[in-house]
Amino acid sequence: MLNYIWMGMILISVVVGTFTGRIDQVTQAAIDMAKLSVEIAIGLVGIMALWLGIMKIAEASGLIRIIAKLLRPITIRLFPDVPDDHPAIGSIVLNMSANMLGLGNAATPLGLKAMEELQELNPDKKTASNAMVMFLAINTSSVQLILPATVVALMGVVSADIFITTILATLCSTIAAIVIVKVLENTKWFRLTPAPEDGAGDEASAPVEQGEGDER
Amino acid sequence: MIETFTDGLNELARYIIPALIVGIPLYAMAARRVKVYEVFVEGAKDGFTIAVRIIPYLVAILVAVGMFRASGALDVLLNLLAPFLNFIGFPPENLPLALMRPLSGSGSLGLLTDLVNEYGADSMQAKIGATMFGSSETTFYVLAVYFGSVGVLRSRHAVPAGLFADAVGAISAVYLCQWLLG
Repeated sequence: MLNYIWMGMILISVVVGTFTGRIDQVTQAAIDMAKLSVEIAIGLVGIMALWLGIMKIAEASGLIRIIAKLLRPITIRLFPDVPDDHPAIGSIVLNMSANMLGLGNAATPLGLKAMEELQELNPDKKTASNAMVMFLAINTSSVQLILPATVVALMGVVSADIFITTILATLCSTIAAIVIVKVLENTKWFRLTPAPEDGAGDEASAPVEQGEGDER
Repeated sequence: MIETFTDGLNELARYIIPALIVGIPLYAMAARRVKVYEVFVEGAKDGFTIAVRIIPYLVAILVAVGMFRASGALDVLLNLLAPFLNFIGFPPENLPLALMRPLSGSGSLGLLTDLVNEYGADSMQAKIGATMFGSSETTFYVLAVYFGSVGVLRSRHAVPAGLFADAVGAISAVYLCQWLLG
């Protein structure tokens, strides 16, 4: 799927850029973004190290297992393939809590830790497991309880108004994410096959993606 | 009433990170006799490798997103979607933000700033925009970073599911704002 989206995006960019006479900006954007990617990644090193260090302590002290056990009734429905009190559950819960509280800097390392632990359970290391997609979808639907600092700064006093609407909109998108993941994971395009065939699943899934894009 | 509540929450939020940084090691050391310094360093070691490992995935996604934005393809998409959006009552002023949100965090923050500058923070357009911004994430970036960190290449239904959730979030932001703040 990403093969088609990626190819499509850069192809459309060059074609549209040619027609709109913005081809120079397209070139510049490609170079700037390549640079920015490395800056973002390197900028993450320190924060990653800090939170992974704290997480290791939380793991060694058994805190993560305790959290995983406490929230098992909820997580077993979302991640049925992840065994009881597996550390992945603890990391997922911590990542979601950090997201809810608007702690973006702390959320990413916790999320990557969770991904790593889910990868341990994943039989096919190059293909995302059901649990990984579920985790990612919940994550990108943004579980927000406290408004991002940037929004508060931008909106001033009005930010109190949008507090409730943001929580409710977040709730809608998270529920939508959970439902659509559960629906899609068993469709013929995305179902996990014992021996994954290259390309076959991708080809069939491309039209679905386009339909999705049109709706938006 | 709600203002004091949100102020209180935001005030509390300032103490969460310090509380975690001191609370977790304190519990580990006092209750479980964990060698906190040694264990911390052991965990922190992975910070560099993970950050470096995501670079190729980030370059791939961000370059594509950057080119797409710069080419004006977003405007083309906007024109294509206009009839459908008019039909469901989606305000056209908020559409660029809704389309940008899954692609780029800084891009969508820029568009939100534009909305606030043009219509004022008190306007419905700005409130819808801020709700949209707060209730969704940069799907493609998160996908690249999270899957990239473990080397997953085939994302299966992650993209359609993420975009569907973004669409639901954007549409519910419009209706919730019009309903509750209108």
